[in-house]
Amino acid sequence: MITLTDFMVVSAMLFCIGLYMIVSKHNAIQILIGIELILNAAILNLVAFGKYDKVNNSGQIFALFAIVLAAATTAVALAIVLNVYRRYKTIDPDKLTNLKD
Amino acid sequence: MSLVRILFYFLSFIAIASALYAAASKNLVRSIFVFFVTLFALAGLYVLALADFVAVTQVVIYVGGILVLILFAFMLSGKETLNVIQQPNSKLFSVKKLPAILLASLFFIVLLNVVLKADVDNLSWVKDSVNLKNEITPNAIMIDNIGVNLMTRYLLPFEAISILLLMALVGAAHLSRKQVKA
Repeated sequence: MITLTDFMVVSAMLFCIGLYMIVSKHNAIQILIGIELILNAAILNLVAFGKYDKVNNSGQIFALFAIVLAAATTAVALAIVLNVYRRYKTIDPDKLTNLKD
Repeated sequence: MSLVRILFYFLSFIAIASALYAAASKNLVRSIFVFFVTLFALAGLYVLALADFVAVTQVVIYVGGILVLILFAFMLSGKETLNVIQQPNSKLFSVKKLPAILLASLFFIVLLNVVLKADVDNLSWVKDSVNLKNEITPNAIMIDNIGVNLMTRYLLPFEAISILLLMALVGAAHLSRKQVKA
């Protein structure tokens, strides 16, 4: 049987890989992928603990909510990335040093 | 070692290895496509955690929606994003990446310590739920229960999320439209 600790170790690894991507990448889209990895690590934990709640299904339902919210986040973030590219011709967050005016 | 356990190790190995590759790769396109594999492997892990509906949603929304969206943004943002490939830098670990690697690995050690010290398998409510037969068993069908719960107990968060999705949709469309010259 798979224990809860196994799931938590896997999700901790995914979380740290996502953290590494967010800190080190010079590309807004890859940073976004790192954020998605972190969200997926959280969802894996929710689902693993949700196994012990048969009546209310709280873990699984909030995992569904988290997936839907991740979709909304990505849509807005990518719209921002497109706008940034249009204005600066780059999507490296280190090079975005100016505001609008 | 049961078959489920072997499958769990196999899927988690695929998920972590492909995530590591996506993190290490300098090529954005490769990074995106390997992220596909990570998401599929994670959907498999959700199935092993007996959450088949969440796994299906993961495949539909993440793989079908988010990744296509990321690919679109990548294609629309032109060849500037590919510039990284041209720079010849064959070293796997450069000195500039060292702080990030250090941060991630140290944080992983902290998380691992927390997980092992927390001893989640012996939590009181987990034991209670096993004793009270409140645990999801592999032959239980949970989808109808999820539907009923979504429309009764979790109706308020459900509606809040529907409003938020509408706002995000309108906001994304507004942000990404062409600027009209006034």
